[in-house]
Amino acid sequence: MNRINHLFQQKGKDILNIYYTAGFPQLNDTLTILENLQQSGADMVEIGIPFSDSLADGPVIQESNQQALKNGMSLHLLFHQLKDFRNVIHIPVILMGSLNPVLQFGMENFLIACKNTGVDGVILPDLPVSEYENNYRQIFESAGVHCIFLITPETSEERLQKIDDLSTGFIYAVSSSSTTGKEKDIQKQSAYFQRLGNEKLKNPVLVGFGIKDKNTFEAACQYTNGAVIGTAFIKALQAAGDIENNIHQFVNGII
Amino acid sequence: MPLEFKLNPSAQRKNTIDFLKAGLYKVSPLGYYGEFGGAFIPEMLYPNVEELAEKYLDIIQDDGFQKEFQSLLHDYVGRPTPLYPAKRLSEKYKAHIYLKREDLNHTGAHKINNTVGQILLAKRLGKTRIIAETGAGQHGVATATVCALMNLPCVVYMGEVDMQRQAPNVARMRMLGAEVRPAMSGSKTLKDATNEAIRDWINNPSDTHYIIGSVVGPYPYPDMVARFQSVISEEMRKQLIEKEGNELPDYVIACVGGGSNAAGSFYHFLNNDEVKLIAVEAAGEGVASGHTAATTVVGKIGIIHGSKTMLMQTEDGQIEEAYSISAGLDYPGVGPLHAHLFKTGRAQYLNATDEEALQAALELTRLEGIIPALESAHALAKLKDIAFKPDDVVVVCLSGRGDKDMETYIKRLEI
Repeated sequence: MNRINHLFQQKGKDILNIYYTAGFPQLNDTLTILENLQQSGADMVEIGIPFSDSLADGPVIQESNQQALKNGMSLHLLFHQLKDFRNVIHIPVILMGSLNPVLQFGMENFLIACKNTGVDGVILPDLPVSEYENNYRQIFESAGVHCIFLITPETSEERLQKIDDLSTGFIYAVSSSSTTGKEKDIQKQSAYFQRLGNEKLKNPVLVGFGIKDKNTFEAACQYTNGAVIGTAFIKALQAAGDIENNIHQFVNGII
Repeated sequence: MPLEFKLNPSAQRKNTIDFLKAGLYKVSPLGYYGEFGGAFIPEMLYPNVEELAEKYLDIIQDDGFQKEFQSLLHDYVGRPTPLYPAKRLSEKYKAHIYLKREDLNHTGAHKINNTVGQILLAKRLGKTRIIAETGAGQHGVATATVCALMNLPCVVYMGEVDMQRQAPNVARMRMLGAEVRPAMSGSKTLKDATNEAIRDWINNPSDTHYIIGSVVGPYPYPDMVARFQSVISEEMRKQLIEKEGNELPDYVIACVGGGSNAAGSFYHFLNNDEVKLIAVEAAGEGVASGHTAATTVVGKIGIIHGSKTMLMQTEDGQIEEAYSISAGLDYPGVGPLHAHLFKTGRAQYLNATDEEALQAALELTRLEGIIPALESAHALAKLKDIAFKPDDVVVVCLSGRGDKDMETYIKRLEI
């Protein structure tokens, strides 16, 4: 069974999913960060594929992308870094990034590499649902890799049902229309999380964008299956001091 | 050495039923020109782009809209722009050369055709705030102008590097009441300004309309902007009947960055295979120099700003910086219509270096008393490379005037 499905079956609630950018702050930090996240109790990890022109990201994640590219990060190198990671990592791992680097790698090659290394799911925010359905669904399914879609409070009921039908891992709910790392009104977000909780979707829901600490994490978990933290964690990676300590401290502050 | 143009077999077919041919170049219901186009956008933009895609055709084909649009183009922009028979240029290149004088539009370039159309559309969509990106500042000025006219708040994103290079246009936008926000990310030029405008739209989805300045971006922008710019070729056809007794020229030549003036110049000739369409990209310091904006030469298919098209990128799919002496052409992609015209061979894509453009600008100035924009000078620079017959009718789109480029001309031409 895919590790994502297994996790939701085993735990189901208060899932903590942490995002970080591959090759940042140092080129070879990718695995170190992953190991420390697993040790400190993160349930799932999203590794960002750096891109020069990511549209959905705020300044913090953009800068981590630029730094990673300067460090020499690429998708080929990322798969090389992840070659043997399943010897030590048992939690679900997702790759997230813009579509263009994946298309240049080749979608089929990319999914085969995901399968061979042990990546469980992929988030490509600028891959439209219709493109997935018409052109890529089969190769995702035959590789056994989940394609995870985003929804927002403005996503129509009809579209939400369609996304729920197409999804196989979980649904990524963006708490309000914004780029990553924006300050948000937690009250307004709660109303949306509650609405999602009442939707009776077949897939679990994780909330992302604007989740940054224990408070916002718990608010998201009240009505959904968990949340994703990205920008706040990238900031923690940049903080002074030992990177491993920073990771443990950050995760312990949430769960 | 002069080039002879051969059209590919699909463009040579004659007697094809017109509506079939229209299908070759018309955008599909899903926003594709052949394999190019589409709307590769994050879910956060979906409601906005979907609303636009659903409504834009009904709005712009509405009689009331057309009446208001046409009267603003006539009374405010100053259309129709002249189709000027360039006598001395014609003598030099031994053909009937006409200049479509988009430089005589209000604000000095073709950009305002699109911003007038989009601001009327934004009002009908009930939007109360306008954002735009700009490279050289011409589209930013054209957007700030229509926002002043319609009393709507306007934010223009401009690369920090471009703000320094094009300071007079920054001042014009500010005088017009627009807020100019520096794009500090990436290379701090046009592609980054476009990224910032898209990010602004993601964060302000309900009240804001994004006026894209070229035939780029997610569907329906490429088609919508091409339609607003198509007034250029619509007028060419009428004016050519008056001047030559035939509405079809032998050649239409226009420069391409994202490609809006070329799309407008080609639009009403796309189905007339006998009209040779020549697009001229900026070669910068040369297509092999690493400092170029000739996307069809050095680019590959990929996704930029929500559109599948030709773009300049690394092996790893990172978008590369484009270079040209002209700040209006240094975009690392082309609109999806151009990618399609390139791929099918319906248009020929040539390129001109910085130096060729500078010399062409000086030549037009001295022969005809017209100082062209550096962008338009790229189109003029190819007159010397084409083997015209003496009876050939050639229309060059003079997309903008050269006032904004005086600093570069003074420095590079040692005037």
